[in-house]
Amino acid sequence: MKAGTRPLAAFLMLGLQAALPARDTDPPASLYHLDAALTDQAGKAQGLDVYRGHPVLVTMFYASCKATCPLIVDTLRATEQKLTPAQRGQLRVLMVSLDPERDTPQALQRLAAERRIDTARWTLLRGDADAVRDIAALLNVQYRKLPSGEFSHSTVIALLSPEGEMLASSGTLGAADPALLAKVPR
Amino acid sequence: MMLRLLTLMALGAAAHAAPGVSAPLPARAHVPGATFATVLPPAAGQKEVTVAAFDIDRAPVTNADFARFVAAHPEWRRDRVARVFADAGYLRHWPDAKGPAAASANQPVTQVSWFAARAYCQAQHARLPTWYEWELVGAAGSNVADARNDPAWRQQILDWYARPASAPLPDAGRGPANYYGIRDLHGVVWEWVLDLGSMMVSGDNREQGDPDVKKFCGAGALSLEQKDNYAMLMRIATLSSMQASYSSSSMGFRCAADPVKP
Repeated sequence: MKAGTRPLAAFLMLGLQAALPARDTDPPASLYHLDAALTDQAGKAQGLDVYRGHPVLVTMFYASCKATCPLIVDTLRATEQKLTPAQRGQLRVLMVSLDPERDTPQALQRLAAERRIDTARWTLLRGDADAVRDIAALLNVQYRKLPSGEFSHSTVIALLSPEGEMLASSGTLGAADPALLAKVPR
Repeated sequence: MMLRLLTLMALGAAAHAAPGVSAPLPARAHVPGATFATVLPPAAGQKEVTVAAFDIDRAPVTNADFARFVAAHPEWRRDRVARVFADAGYLRHWPDAKGPAAASANQPVTQVSWFAARAYCQAQHARLPTWYEWELVGAAGSNVADARNDPAWRQQILDWYARPASAPLPDAGRGPANYYGIRDLHGVVWEWVLDLGSMMVSGDNREQGDPDVKKFCGAGALSLEQKDNYAMLMRIATLSSMQASYSSSSMGFRCAADPVKP
């Protein structure tokens, strides 16, 4: 599951933090041990550690969802708004699709445009069914594809440390969760 | 040395050959596709699901099997595994990180997380069975594909579950073969399924009725059917209480695969 490791400190110092493979130096509980092949809204290959080095909010969603999913973006925004400017400057957001069949990079790009998502700080990701299963398992997201093609899924917003450890996890929607806010690094 | 020798002997033995059968059977049984009534309806008002043909291990994966995997994939040793994929109980029952005690070599492996079970099956070019695949073969009696309405069959399963958990596990593959030639689906260990995260009866949604629409996007939490099918409901309750990194002394697994096209 874990990819081979390479010395990457030099790359990190240069700030090239995208899609680096998991490293032996990651803490044992880091989600970045997962070697998931993902693609972002621009069609670029990424790992789950797109924003290694930053605190990250991670959630799972699907772009065609009309019910709860728009609320997820609202909740992520509400969470950002409650942070100090310094925290907000550091925080990044990952939205991982549960629907790899329909959520092509183009569909993710469209959603990003519709919701005016700043893709410099937020990334929308898709992976294959195996990657979705692994990430859902790590985040404890329950999901099921319905015969209609829609998904029934639990909503989880997880906060990861710069090294990928889960600092908090929230099922609150519609407003920032104070318990999660309290864990955002200062 | 003794342990190693015994392990090798166990590995060399014909995989899960049925007692009294001279020619060893393939390790996986073929299960034709089927439509059946499920305890986990795929959607409101829909009680049947259709499962495509698949192959599935005739017996649960053993400690010896898993030791061989760990030797080939040392990142899954209990002293090397990333904690995010396996909790502190992972393979705790082995006397050392390399393998089991000789006496337990042929018992179903337990104390393995979903992530580890999944990685084992992937290493065999296979996968975990889905819940519906498991439920389909788990419904079989010895002579019929669906024995779920047979009171004697139900009672047999409940009797198995009534055995004390402290009793040592029997060797894998010793239980009676079911209609498909699959053994030990009931009465030995619980088994991981691929779609663990689809049980949809998490702690917050165990109550029937009124699904929490704020927590669940889409159609809401599923409700369960066949409420008198206690054995299956117990299995779902057990699976839904497990997270993917958890390990348990009563949770094992077997692998499945899409059938090889002739």
